[in-house]
Amino acid sequence: MTEMPTITTDSAPDDSWEVAGQRFTSRLIVGTGKYKDFAQNAAAVEASGAQIVTVAVRRVNISDPSQPVLMDYIDPKKITYLPNTAGCFTADEAIRTLRLAREAGGWDLVKLEVLGEARTLYPDMRETLKATEVLANEGFKPMVYCVDDPIAAKQLEEAGAVAVMPLGAPIGSGLGIQNKVTIRLIVEGAGVPVLVDAGVGTASEAAEAMELGCDGVLMNTAIAEAQDPIRMARAMKHAVLAGRDAYLAGRMKTRKYADPSSPLAGLI
Amino acid sequence: MSAAKSITVNDQLRRSEAATIADLVRELGLKPEKVAVEHNGVIAPRSTLEDVPLGDGDVLEIVHFVGGG
Repeated sequence: MTEMPTITTDSAPDDSWEVAGQRFTSRLIVGTGKYKDFAQNAAAVEASGAQIVTVAVRRVNISDPSQPVLMDYIDPKKITYLPNTAGCFTADEAIRTLRLAREAGGWDLVKLEVLGEARTLYPDMRETLKATEVLANEGFKPMVYCVDDPIAAKQLEEAGAVAVMPLGAPIGSGLGIQNKVTIRLIVEGAGVPVLVDAGVGTASEAAEAMELGCDGVLMNTAIAEAQDPIRMARAMKHAVLAGRDAYLAGRMKTRKYADPSSPLAGLI
Repeated sequence: MSAAKSITVNDQLRRSEAATIADLVRELGLKPEKVAVEHNGVIAPRSTLEDVPLGDGDVLEIVHFVGGG
């Protein structure tokens, strides 16, 4: 194959994306849970190239305040902290958590997730929609974890979500994108960034999300539970870049049968 | 300095002589600029932590960022 290369850099040079007025070059958002320790976590974030990390809001450890904390390892001045509402099962719990997060961090960009049940960690969309409206009215910029339903995604956008983040598969399952059609429909209908959040297990699945036209991918377990998290973080970085480039390049049409790549003319 | 007050921090009863919320946070060995505080059910803005007096019977939630997905 000797097609002329026109792109000489690692990725399209100005292919950044914007959410709630903030511009990022990396389209990969990574979580900070489940790592062996903070040092491994920080190394994985570095290897992933991520500019945004999700963080949880929890009670401080009063009995042992000298324990190391996340901020000692991942500098919130260099990496954008995206506080989440993991573990919240009602709109009120999620709103309370994010009000505290805004005070702890001093920023409005947050990740909203309101869970419906512990077994599947599927979002409760009624509570999620309610919380999105309240948060948007209070000046928050909620990026919202949701079901892979194009109608629900649109409703969230109308309620003030600055990004919609449909699950590819249940949180922490690593099953990959189960319904490519609904993800594509969400992308086609959305006026805000779409990120696949949850379900990605390996690099090809991150690339797949990007090939479907998503603006980004959010993941935690796929990296943290890999045998070598730092190497997987790097794999994910490349997968997201590759998937994005493939999407922008526009893939070939599929055919039912073979089509030779070498000319038939001049065959000896 | 005022007398020791009985307060509840993250569901735990304790006694403190701290005059303000910021004093309490430091008494707990924490940095006020790294936490968020809910004071009797209402968010205490960080800029006011040095000024809000701690009262007997106050209930506080003190949180910070931890790893999460």
